[in-house]
Amino acid sequence: MTISYQLKRVDFIFKNENDWEDVLSKSISRTPQELINELISSELKGRGGAGFPTGLKWKLSSEEGDDTKYVICNADEGEPGTFKDREILSRVPFKVLTSMAVCGHVIGAKEGYIYLRGEYFFLQPELNKAISEFEYYCKEINLDFKIRIFMGSGAYICGEETALFESMEGKRGEPRNKPPYPSSYGYMGKPTVINNVETLAHTFTIFKYGAKRFYDLGVQYSRGSKLFSVSGDTPKPGIYELELGMSLADFVDEFGDGDTKAVQVGGASGFLVPRKRFNETAIGFQGKLTGISLPTGGSMMLFNSSRSMFNVLDNYLEFFREESCGQCTPCRVGCQQLLSGIKAVKRGEKNAQYLDKLMRLAETMQYTAKCGLGQSVANSFSSIVENFREEMIY
Amino acid sequence: MTKKIKISINGVFVEIEPGTTILDAALQAGVIIPTLCYHKDLCVAGNCRVCVIEIAGQKRLAVACATPCEEGMEILTNSLKVRNSRKHIIELLLSEHNADCTRCYKNGNCELQNLASEFKIMTQDFIQLAPLRKYTIDMFSPSIVKDDSKCIRCQRCVRTCVELQGVNALTVAHKGDHMKITTFFEKAMNDVVCTNCGQCINHCPTGALVEKNYIEEVWDAIADKTKHVIVQTAPAVRVGLGEELGFEPGARVTGKMVAALKRLGFDAVMDTDFTADLTIMEEGTELLTRLKKVLVDHDPEVKLPMATSCSPGWIKYIEHMFPNYLDHLSTCKSPQQMFGALAKTYYAKARNLDPEKIVSVSIMPCTAKKFEAARPEMHDSGYRDVDYVLTTRELAIMIKQAGIDFMKLEDMHYDRLMGESTGAGVIFGATGGVMEAALRTAYELVTGREVPFENLNIAPVRGMEGVKEASIKIENPLKEWAFLEGVELKCAVAHGLVNAGKVMEAIRSGKASYHFIEFMACPGGCLGGGGQPIPTSPEIRRKRAEAIYAEDAGMPIRKSHQNPEIIKIYKDFLDHPNSEKSHHLLHTHYTSRERF
Repeated sequence: MTISYQLKRVDFIFKNENDWEDVLSKSISRTPQELINELISSELKGRGGAGFPTGLKWKLSSEEGDDTKYVICNADEGEPGTFKDREILSRVPFKVLTSMAVCGHVIGAKEGYIYLRGEYFFLQPELNKAISEFEYYCKEINLDFKIRIFMGSGAYICGEETALFESMEGKRGEPRNKPPYPSSYGYMGKPTVINNVETLAHTFTIFKYGAKRFYDLGVQYSRGSKLFSVSGDTPKPGIYELELGMSLADFVDEFGDGDTKAVQVGGASGFLVPRKRFNETAIGFQGKLTGISLPTGGSMMLFNSSRSMFNVLDNYLEFFREESCGQCTPCRVGCQQLLSGIKAVKRGEKNAQYLDKLMRLAETMQYTAKCGLGQSVANSFSSIVENFREEMIY
Repeated sequence: MTKKIKISINGVFVEIEPGTTILDAALQAGVIIPTLCYHKDLCVAGNCRVCVIEIAGQKRLAVACATPCEEGMEILTNSLKVRNSRKHIIELLLSEHNADCTRCYKNGNCELQNLASEFKIMTQDFIQLAPLRKYTIDMFSPSIVKDDSKCIRCQRCVRTCVELQGVNALTVAHKGDHMKITTFFEKAMNDVVCTNCGQCINHCPTGALVEKNYIEEVWDAIADKTKHVIVQTAPAVRVGLGEELGFEPGARVTGKMVAALKRLGFDAVMDTDFTADLTIMEEGTELLTRLKKVLVDHDPEVKLPMATSCSPGWIKYIEHMFPNYLDHLSTCKSPQQMFGALAKTYYAKARNLDPEKIVSVSIMPCTAKKFEAARPEMHDSGYRDVDYVLTTRELAIMIKQAGIDFMKLEDMHYDRLMGESTGAGVIFGATGGVMEAALRTAYELVTGREVPFENLNIAPVRGMEGVKEASIKIENPLKEWAFLEGVELKCAVAHGLVNAGKVMEAIRSGKASYHFIEFMACPGGCLGGGGQPIPTSPEIRRKRAEAIYAEDAGMPIRKSHQNPEIIKIYKDFLDHPNSEKSHHLLHTHYTSRERF
């Protein structure tokens, strides 16, 4: 199946921040129900990678009866190959702050936090300035909403929402058992909406222009535009806003160096697509009618023929082995086994069939790991081993 | 009442209370789901993933311990997907584990070994990771040996140390493959706040945490004909030992235990209950003296409430956590140490033995007792008062090694001189027991009448409530205690160090006004001690407690001051409670310790 949808650049996210005061005051004059409906009809899905419908997320938290609720902006951008949230926070911070306050209005929260990746400490001074300006305006319009920055300390796992809460609570950053979900039991055990930076930038667009403007972009199940962090063997690395639903072939035409062997969609926890599947792969959320659709938090890594896929996988697995929180067996030990397993095959200490055993192990990790980290190791592992088996062995 | 919800487990429909976890629901339906990181005493962690199950319509598996049932759920606990995943997880755990089972202290009582056996993990497909790392075994503590190569990172010990004990000596550090269970700054166990309570050992599913054992040393002493080996047995051992030797929890095996000890070759088999009675005499007198000094003399140097000092885990806890409150502790040594001091003085004299030739062994439900016996101040007899401390588990090992068919043993009696005890001594083994024993004696000393409770059973201080309170009003006391007329003696009992911490905080903040508090480091008191048989659970501890109280009820004498051997020792040796000699041999002092 070939995807006919063309790659289209758009320019929403980094534009038109200046009227944020207007967007904020207009939005909070609307009822929570109206705003939720607006979001739901936009069909915006979370831009962190998991793709949970944002409107539904806000709705669930708004229905909780608790007096204390929280809005958290997940800026722990740690997925290898993503660097878009950094740009949003440095270029259009008021969009994010505005959306957080609107979310507070919708769910009934008076406090918001930005969980900022430890390595992004340099964003803090400017962001704090923006926050004071923002809070000053909130005071003017009698909106009771405070935003604070919480600095992460460098653990990848703390981007997982419940590990993030634990980290904020001063505990070890380990994911929690789910259920309960953050919408009812989040930060400090209170109902919490936690959204990716980019998601909040899009909600700004939706509140400003209405759901239709957003909905008209993209394809069915994958509405709107998305920021892509393009890196690897490309003549033009950088951040690009594109409509969802394009084919990977078009993407490679635009960004490849003419020798693209494979693209890693969605970072280390995403999928590797080999050249022979570029035509049949679309970038977006999986829907019933589409062919192969790959969601992504925005990371697009291009590899040309000079790259060894063994080295690529080896690198990912070292990353996971180190960044697993270590609490659950499948992830902690599984990552070690996958890594030492492919090395053993490469050295000839294990035979090629051992890769099949490792594939089954990866599948078990997907079924049984406690959180998204361990569950998604199988994505890159299986897609690389399946498509580049000979590179694993020889 | 809430409406029940209907689910199906392996095709069988069951109705259960909403909020029930899948694990509990399955148990109600007669389906056992294997677990590892789950423990009835602890919060749910859901990190080992052994209890994964399949829920119809969900691609991923869920963990039974942490997932609540929902209406209409169709649960499969033994589908192919579940079996394969579970087997993988056990294989992964084994690949990370130093599975040198034949050389492991926990061989035969290891939950990981059981799982491996159940799932017949006969091959080793995955790469063995454990030998690839450098591990050092922490043997610095006199009580606890920590071997990280056997650790499966289930965090049961951490949850125990934090939730049950509030000590936080053990913690999780690092992430990924470096994640490990360790201490503050990865110091040795003897160099941190560890109280040596041994609850981590009781809750460890593998051999990563075990007691430091002194079995061979004791065998050597027994074999040495020049030595006279005297053994004492703590109250709680007699209601726990049976579990290691084929009896159900709650079996009372006092007579068999004495018989077994004699067969093992100990020269004298004595009872710590005797010195428990002695503790009551000393501590009861100390309490009454303190009350007089505070109420009548208004002596600002004397502190109330007075806290018991029998539990060495509690002693180390207060030394670390509340060092400014050490003068609240009774100066009485624990029964074990009183016994030790007397073994090499009173006993040696009575039997005409050279104390240097005496080896004093104690059988304790406790690992902290090993540390206590090694404290530098515990040499009041002129020698080390207690030479070796064995746990209930170590004694069971010796009995098995000696080929003794424990079940068939005829009951025997303790030897005389320090082998007589009362019901009051026995109940030291249960939470509230010291308090109850003290009240039975103190009330009677003061008023000349028995405590006003039916059959001497002081119910308010019994049971498994974390903190218990009781008060007794003193009316018509004897003339010499007239100053206590109308005084309402307020008492509290705390067991499990997390509860001890709560009571201490209440005292520090001035919210509590007690006269006398019993503190026990372990949940349920000594019967739930860190040296008792594994497994432990609230249910098992309840059964052991029932056995303790049954033992008490069956005793002809149930008040410490009526113990004929106690009367004798005061007549022949100590003169009277809190005499100069008692102070020399039976009382001690404490050491303020840092937290870090």
